[in-house]
Amino acid sequence: MEGRLLPLFVAIPLSGAFLIPLLGKLWARFADLVANITTVLLVGISVYCWWIFNATGTPMHYWVGGWRLIGIAMWFDALTALMVLVINIVGFCATIYSVRYLDRYTSGRWKFFTLLMLLIAGMNGVAISGDLFNIFVFIEISAIASYALVAFGTEEEEIEAAFKYMVLGEVGGAVLLFGIALLYARAATLNLAHLSQVLAEIGRTPFYWFVIATLLIGFAIKMGMEPFHAWLADAHFSAPAPISAMLSGVFIKVTGVYGMCRIMFNVFGVSRAETPAFFNLLIAFGAVSLVLGGLLAYSQNDYKRLLAYSSISQIGYILVALGIGNFWGVAGAMFHILAHALSKGTLFLASGAVERQTGTRNLDELKGLERTMPATTWAHTLASFSMAGVPPFAGFFSKLFIIIGAIAAKMYWLAFLAALFSGVTLGYLTKVVNQAFFARREDEPTRAKESPALMVLAMLILVVLMLAVGVGFKGVLDHLVGPAAKALLNGLDYARLVLGG
Amino acid sequence: MIPYIACVLLFLIGLYVVISKRNLIKIVIGFSLIEYAVNLFFALVGFKKGALPPIVTQPEQVRMGVARHFVDPLPQALVLTAIVIGLSTTALMLSLAMRLYEKYKTFDISEIRKLKG
Amino acid sequence: MRGMSLIVQVITRLMVGMLLLYGGYIVLHGHLTPGGGFAGGVLIAAALILVSLAFGSVEQVERREYILSSILESSGGILFIALALAGYVAADYFFRNAGLYYIGKPLQMVSGGIIPLANIAIALKVGAGLFAIFLALGASRFVMKE
Repeated sequence: MEGRLLPLFVAIPLSGAFLIPLLGKLWARFADLVANITTVLLVGISVYCWWIFNATGTPMHYWVGGWRLIGIAMWFDALTALMVLVINIVGFCATIYSVRYLDRYTSGRWKFFTLLMLLIAGMNGVAISGDLFNIFVFIEISAIASYALVAFGTEEEEIEAAFKYMVLGEVGGAVLLFGIALLYARAATLNLAHLSQVLAEIGRTPFYWFVIATLLIGFAIKMGMEPFHAWLADAHFSAPAPISAMLSGVFIKVTGVYGMCRIMFNVFGVSRAETPAFFNLLIAFGAVSLVLGGLLAYSQNDYKRLLAYSSISQIGYILVALGIGNFWGVAGAMFHILAHALSKGTLFLASGAVERQTGTRNLDELKGLERTMPATTWAHTLASFSMAGVPPFAGFFSKLFIIIGAIAAKMYWLAFLAALFSGVTLGYLTKVVNQAFFARREDEPTRAKESPALMVLAMLILVVLMLAVGVGFKGVLDHLVGPAAKALLNGLDYARLVLGG
Repeated sequence: MIPYIACVLLFLIGLYVVISKRNLIKIVIGFSLIEYAVNLFFALVGFKKGALPPIVTQPEQVRMGVARHFVDPLPQALVLTAIVIGLSTTALMLSLAMRLYEKYKTFDISEIRKLKG
Repeated sequence: MRGMSLIVQVITRLMVGMLLLYGGYIVLHGHLTPGGGFAGGVLIAAALILVSLAFGSVEQVERREYILSSILESSGGILFIALALAGYVAADYFFRNAGLYYIGKPLQMVSGGIIPLANIAIALKVGAGLFAIFLALGASRFVMKE
């Protein structure tokens, strides 16, 4: 089926990014207006495309310029629908939130919104692209926008964190390009579907494994897998709060996890039965990320740094679930991408609100905020419940699916590890909640007013969605997450669907 | 075979510079070496022995099926894009390095260590 | 920012016109010879940077040049997206070479549909962008307040 609307996912945010410098110099609020209109349009288009895909059941394709098979392909199936919905919804909430959050930065509003639009455009491009080099170009576009956004506050720590992040991220991009060059040298094509057919003929030679290793290193740097996690804590901690929400919730998953899944499952055709070594590798590194991130998060004193280490731990969850390799494992990973994006987004937005109102991020100095900032408190508490896996929120179902998948594959120790670290997550999040928000001490609570209405609105939207995804988990499983997992597991069907249809 | 090994060697030299040098500007130069090596490798992939550059000068050549004697033009276009990406990355890295110098008054990364934990 | 010595200034005055002309030639013949938007844009930016380095400039002038480059760069980007969307609207595929520009005989300068216009848009963006980067990074240590 032809998807006429697919190029708009990239064209609309790019036009916004080019219009904002022109208009934002005249009047600062123009930038806010253009950015918010853009994200509303994007949310509308992604919901509409998902609805069409759901109604007809066939994926949509689009060849740029009308040139079939030698041009750039765009492809929209269930996995793309999941990613696009996550990107645009979290982007929409972050843009609404930034309207009031940016008041503390006295200049450069239009710079922030331009970079944010470029970030969203790059991530959308990665999600819908069906061409290998196109994925690389969009990964680099969104990565460069994110480096500049991490350094936005221009304090000393932020620039240092941005420099570290940048060097690591770009070396990862260079390794990725190297892997793409090797693949092109052997296969002489860049279209993902055609490439998977050529690779199926080549078979599992040492060349095949070498290219998988090279590409895996490139993607692992982008997603913060062990042992390349060193940049994540500093970068997510130093960025402004809506950018931390976008980075932690969406960016590392779209450029890292989605890129790796699409290429490994659909192009290389790995599967549990034929290439168990790859999956065991994912389980090993994922388990190390899980344990290390969780334990490091426990000992932090700073609010945002704790959340950043928690992100490393949750990426470990997703990798372990992907490594298990059966339907429940992969579906659990996809569901966790959705649940973690929503909950971690809310947590970072709440931390930004607290910092804006009280002026500090140190947990030792915040106490008893429930009395003075009730809406923020409750948003944060509900999001912590979702991350820790308390029913009926979304996080409970994702962890349930992962544990079911581990038991179905007879890896009982993994199921035990997942349940244990779910408890550890609850532990460090409760520490924050108790100390900062609910401490019933005799001294007066930290003086603060409630956050502005737009910021509360953004957090409220995410919390309502978390609850809706959790309560309606059967619907989400049947219409969104399940088909996405099946699209990954039947890896080589991708070629048949694209080239036949 | 020899040019490909030279590219990988250049990549490894750049990686060594990024890992072990302490001056910020040297790290940026090392990253430039890495990116140069990868672009060179990609451009060399399209080479064929004894072939012509892919430029069509007479309209009749297209009908004669001359394309089989050309060097592969697709890696050249892709490398152009990659070079521009590398350019903007280097510009951003250098501006970050300059700002770091303004704040910390030194280019040495062992002194720039405010973030701990 | 101080300028350079008299010899450099005289040679620059002679060469700038040729540099700009050569950059324009590479841009306009992008569909016939190697080069195109990126390479031509870099040449044009190099010519502008040469003038700025050789003759020096005052802070007021630099601020005006920075704003002008920023506006030109955004216009280049908008022109490119407008071309792509024009293909989308008129002929139903994003970026398709519709009959918007004169599709003449092959291998003339005025031929090839949208491609020369896209090259011009890219040259505008790259040239103005590189000059703005040069101004912002270090022409004379000013801080942009906007």
